[in-house]
Amino acid sequence: MQDAGFIFASYIITVAAIVLFAVGTLRRAKSSAKVVEDQHKPWI
Amino acid sequence: MKKTVKKTGRSRVASAVFIKDLRIEARSRVVTNQVLPFAGLIMVMFAFALDNDDVLQRVAGGLIWLATIFSLFIIVQRSFAIDTSDSALDSLRVAGIDLSAVFLGKSIALSLQLIALDVVLIAAAFLLYQVQVSVIGLVLLVTCVICATTGLGFVGTLYGGLTAGTNGRETLLPLLLLPVVAPVLIAATRATEAAFGSGGAAISEGWAWVGLLAIFAAVFGVGGSLAFGPLIDE
Amino acid sequence: MLSQSAPKFSSTGTQATRIVGVLTIVVMTWVVISGLVFTPADVVQGESVRIMYVHVPSAWIAYLAFIVTAIASAFYIFAKRHSLGFDRVAGASAEVGVMFMVITLVTGSLWGRLTWGEFWQWDPRLTTTAFLLVTYIGYLAVRRLDGSIEQRARRSAVIALLAVLEIPLVHFSVVFWRSLHQRATILDPNGDVKMDGLMLFTLFSGVVGFTLVFVWLILHRQRTMLLSDLANQSGLDAAILARQNESVSN
Repeated sequence: MQDAGFIFASYIITVAAIVLFAVGTLRRAKSSAKVVEDQHKPWI
Repeated sequence: MKKTVKKTGRSRVASAVFIKDLRIEARSRVVTNQVLPFAGLIMVMFAFALDNDDVLQRVAGGLIWLATIFSLFIIVQRSFAIDTSDSALDSLRVAGIDLSAVFLGKSIALSLQLIALDVVLIAAAFLLYQVQVSVIGLVLLVTCVICATTGLGFVGTLYGGLTAGTNGRETLLPLLLLPVVAPVLIAATRATEAAFGSGGAAISEGWAWVGLLAIFAAVFGVGGSLAFGPLIDE
Repeated sequence: MLSQSAPKFSSTGTQATRIVGVLTIVVMTWVVISGLVFTPADVVQGESVRIMYVHVPSAWIAYLAFIVTAIASAFYIFAKRHSLGFDRVAGASAEVGVMFMVITLVTGSLWGRLTWGEFWQWDPRLTTTAFLLVTYIGYLAVRRLDGSIEQRARRSAVIALLAVLEIPLVHFSVVFWRSLHQRATILDPNGDVKMDGLMLFTLFSGVVGFTLVFVWLILHRQRTMLLSDLANQSGLDAAILARQNESVSN
């Protein structure tokens, strides 16, 4: 494929950014969720 | 609360705040003794950095407005530092005064200081950068300065009020304010260049940009009057 | 399997987020494979058109996120009951939007390097996008200012609404600025592409997939925000309690 470097780079950057953001959010959610009681979580 | 607002009178509050801000400046002379020399220094530094008479003459308009915007940050921070240091702003808030009047008073005082600053900066451009202006160009230039400083006064007061009394305001204010004043920088620079005739710009081109500056001032004048109260309210 | 390893506390996941999550992974996998392998190269743009399958959807989500932030902020300010839920949605949406804006600018400049030969053009659309990014970085900085949660909500909502005033002015002035200068002849980003069925379908599924990502992230992010607000609160309460006990024992 022509210009494969640029094309793969754009896909990798996109997917990596989304995954890192998602993982970061879940980890933060987990650590805060430990301290908060379930009755304060309206989605449950 | 609405009744007390009526009684105090919006214009009276605004002019009281306006006179108070100018009186503080008259006594402390921070703008004349510190900000003006600072802005003048920026103009000299630009000359060192660009080091070419033709280029300087060409970009003089942009340099004037960049120096104005950098000075704006300093003046705004100083103005609100005084207001928050002995919780003067809190007293105003508790007094049940219409905060949009405070906003107008502070904005106009700020605009007036910026006009004084710009007069000096433009004079510096004449001396240091060898720009020239015709009589019609001068009319355009004066209108441009009035419209641009009015807009800058509104946004400066608005975002200054937001960051007043918070930690890290020195760094936050430029971050918030620079994107907002970008239209002023673009429009005022083009209008000033048209007035100077730099790069063969015709004076007639400048008036459209002054129109944009007027729209900017009007939008943020109205928006700021509405938003200032909620922003600084506890 | 989930019930076996379920932790004692519940995090931000629910049935709904799991379904959205699985759908997201399926659609995104399809987009990546189709975009890189199945779709043909474009007649004019060549292989670089493949970047469009991630660039266009992320630009769409970036703008959608800021619209959501503005609307949620307006609801927070103008609704009778100032519900902090709107504030959290606004904040979560802005964070996700900033991330997608960065993705948009990075993939866009990679594409521009291949198509225009330059990473950046002073095109009104690009410039406005960059200003939008900086404005919302400022918005997130305002959210991190110290103060109560209500203060944070009111300040940031006002800032988000002011951004709605600011962005059209920036866009208009940049358009006006460029139109007076001699314009670099550039390829019209959309005009020259002849999309066949599969290419359009991939682009469309990209939009769907990124929207799912957006929904999933917002759901988790705003719940996380509530949790960390509560956690800070309880941490503060615990500290005050400990301090009080200390002084009693002294």
